[in-house]
Amino acid sequence: MTPREIAILLLALGGVFFAVVAVVGLIRLPDLYTRAHSTSKSETLGALLTLGAVALAFDGTMTTVKTVLLLLFMFITNPTAAHAIVRAAAEQGIEPWTTDEEGDEA
Amino acid sequence: MTLTMDILLVTAAAFTVASLGGLYRVVRGPTMPDRVIAVNVVGSNVVIVIALLAAAIGEPGALDIALVYALLNFLLSISISKFTVERGGVL
Repeated sequence: MTPREIAILLLALGGVFFAVVAVVGLIRLPDLYTRAHSTSKSETLGALLTLGAVALAFDGTMTTVKTVLLLLFMFITNPTAAHAIVRAAAEQGIEPWTTDEEGDEA
Repeated sequence: MTLTMDILLVTAAAFTVASLGGLYRVVRGPTMPDRVIAVNVVGSNVVIVIALLAAAIGEPGALDIALVYALLNFLLSISISKFTVERGGVL
């Protein structure tokens, strides 16, 4: 294995790990706001690591630049979209999940 | 070269399996913003899978498809959030 292949393998493994963390949070967390928190952060980091692996896998200079531009675009727009959706939900009047309303979880 | 291709294809398969967990939240999200966030996650996974396949089969033109898909994914989230708040005041 060349050092480039080792770097691609490590970046891809990190990306898959954070994508799985995001999906587990999306399924298991109890609230809209906690789900948005989990997916916006973990999914963005997984996308950055995996697109970094793709940028390393391309040898040509122009396609590597294009992949890095796609990475920067997802780095900016993914948290922005999550923020806009959560802000719209808050203005719609969706209440956050708490434990101390009924006192069921002390 | 073939080891790199194997790594990228296995990563694409893992992202596809992760998208199925997002589809669960799309089907039974209690509220509408839950579904929008889940669709956003699935769309991001699709962008990553297209980029991985473009690198695996050596077709750099597929990166343009991934770029357009990412742009439409962002536009969907922004337009749905604006539309539900202002009832079409922007669009």
